[in-house]
Amino acid sequence: MGINYLYPQYEIHRDPMRCIKCRVCERQCANEVHHYDEELDVMIADEASCVDCQRCVSMCPTRALKIVKTDNTFKENANWKQDTIEEVYRQASTGGVLLSSMGNPKDYPVYWDKILINASQVTNPSIDPLREPMETKVFLGKKPSSLKMDKKGKIVSEIPPQIELELPIMFSAMSYGSISENAHKSLARAATALGTCYNTGEGGLNKELYQYGPNTIVQVASGRFGVHEDYLKAGAAIEIKMGQGAKPGIGGHLPGRKIGAKVSETRMIPEGCDAISPAPHHDIYSIEDLRQLIFSLKEATNYEKPVIVKIAAVHNVAAIASGIARSGADVIAIDGYRGGTGAAPTRIRDNVGIPIELALAAVDQRLRDEKIRNDISIVVGGSIRSSADVVKAIALGADACYIGTSALLALGCHLCRSCQSGKCNWGIATQREDLVKRLNPEIGSERLANLLTAWNHEIKEMMGGMGINSIEALKGNRLMLRGIGLTEKELEILGIKHAGE
Amino acid sequence: MRINATGKYYTDLNHEVKKTQDREVVIDHCLGQRYIGTGVTGKNIIIHGTPGNALGAYLKGTDLTVFGNVQDAVGDTMDSGKIIVHGSGGDTVGYGMRGGAIYIKGHAGYRVGIHMKAYQDHQPVIVVGGSTGSFLGEYQAGGTIIVLGLDRKKGMPTGSYLGTGMHGGEMYIRSCEMPRATDQVTVTPCTKEDLEKITDKLEYFCTNFDVSMEEILSRPFWKLVPSAYNPYNSLYTAY
Repeated sequence: MGINYLYPQYEIHRDPMRCIKCRVCERQCANEVHHYDEELDVMIADEASCVDCQRCVSMCPTRALKIVKTDNTFKENANWKQDTIEEVYRQASTGGVLLSSMGNPKDYPVYWDKILINASQVTNPSIDPLREPMETKVFLGKKPSSLKMDKKGKIVSEIPPQIELELPIMFSAMSYGSISENAHKSLARAATALGTCYNTGEGGLNKELYQYGPNTIVQVASGRFGVHEDYLKAGAAIEIKMGQGAKPGIGGHLPGRKIGAKVSETRMIPEGCDAISPAPHHDIYSIEDLRQLIFSLKEATNYEKPVIVKIAAVHNVAAIASGIARSGADVIAIDGYRGGTGAAPTRIRDNVGIPIELALAAVDQRLRDEKIRNDISIVVGGSIRSSADVVKAIALGADACYIGTSALLALGCHLCRSCQSGKCNWGIATQREDLVKRLNPEIGSERLANLLTAWNHEIKEMMGGMGINSIEALKGNRLMLRGIGLTEKELEILGIKHAGE
Repeated sequence: MRINATGKYYTDLNHEVKKTQDREVVIDHCLGQRYIGTGVTGKNIIIHGTPGNALGAYLKGTDLTVFGNVQDAVGDTMDSGKIIVHGSGGDTVGYGMRGGAIYIKGHAGYRVGIHMKAYQDHQPVIVVGGSTGSFLGEYQAGGTIIVLGLDRKKGMPTGSYLGTGMHGGEMYIRSCEMPRATDQVTVTPCTKEDLEKITDKLEYFCTNFDVSMEEILSRPFWKLVPSAYNPYNSLYTAY
């Protein structure tokens, strides 16, 4: 055996005065960090396996535990940071591609935090959402350029299919397989209670979840897992996944060990068989080919379902979006480079793609310039962390937002970024039955509903402050935004003025 | 029901097919209309002419017979039913196909049977009488692909990058020489038992296209299976 170059990242501090040796930590840790030593009558820990998911800390009845970053330090070097050195060690010992989970954790600028929202003073008074009606309902889909009405004022024009949402926030695509059945149930129930949608991701739709169809977006991706006619007809809309913010240009790969009986049934593949979704759809090489897939889906569902095309935010996103708007898609979903994932090559996650704020502003402006903005709705995701981010996104031109990481946090995720291991102690990113049952879908859906109810109220308060009582009037209303500490170029791309201007 | 497709836009044609109560539908003078058979259950559709792309996409419980050639993406994500083509097919025949069968008398293009899967009693089959282009069975995860190369006097009837990324299912190739595949595929001469497994499919081909079994069996068959069912397990290291 060679030398182990890696020192554990965390230390487990156990207060012996508080520890009652109840061994809850031992039972709760799927990484098998904690052990009870009978001879010495003490709890011991193997920090090397700890991922800092905080499960033991949260479950310890006497608050005897805390996880801290180790202060063992390599010789300091501004260029060769400890993380960078350790990555080299890992690859040198395994020959493997570095694999990570959840969103890009690197210290890139967060533009949401450099944008400020307006409020009314004296003139154009603000509106109090506690006593005045505020509209946050949105319809996603193609809007007709003109409306014809009969003598009684009834609309007679044919309206393309729409997704109706009570609030401008949906749960983004997370497949059954990458997350657990109970996580899916929580999302489905919460979406139904809130009048919004969750998204199956490319993992098919479990039979038990067909009842939530009106609040489900079903996804079709390059691997076509679980895609069949009933599935396509089950949802409120169909999403074609072309790309994902966490791994633009890269496909998905659910390892065979995560494909048990139920995942196999839902994905319609054999148990234990790797589920590979390659980066490209091998039948799509152009906007015309994309159009072919969009219309095959529309034909299969009698033109009753809106089709969403999801792409990752990349350098040329505005031109790509323009093509998608002309391809017959009803909605474009853009996923920023901070978007989460169940597993992605670290180098891709941390270095590929662009911020959603800039991508959104560029796409909205391009579609307006080309006078096709009403032909397609825009949904953005890729690290929407709060209701303020939602308000800023809508003012930059989005119709609605997708949230993934925020939703998982509501379910108990502590962003330990170890989803790929399949040993999620919170019962979210795992298929191990003993772990899955730790997540109660009743409680999970309630927490998700709480989160979005609170956000929706905050959105109304911010809108009211601006003197706006309908989300439609906020959409693309960039005068409501000001930049802080941004360069001329950044302001130009965002299409906003600097604070004070 | 008999439909004359001359000058008909595909949405109108498909609407007529979906609307009729008749189980038997004959389409004459078909010329490029897309998605025929998509979203239609329990029918037998006979097409004279050349249907457009994505014929029988997501096909479920309907049979399609084409007297003519077909274009790209035939049987995309097909679930069940049969597609019988008395001519040649284009690219990506049976993309992501999970069940049912596609029989093509002539040739087929690039990327035939890619992402083909199998699941319980859903065991998809593609049989091509002529030759195919490159990337045959790319990422194949299940099901059976058979290429007969009946047109060829020598050489293999498949193109380059045969079975790239294959991790399930089987391919059977009739060829005088051993097919050259990527390392991800293991090629062996077919045994008698192997051939018995596909006899019913070969017989079905013979009956439909009036080819003799004797001719088909006059050349050796090769069996291609994945070298690994979980090929990417060791590719990654967690961080």
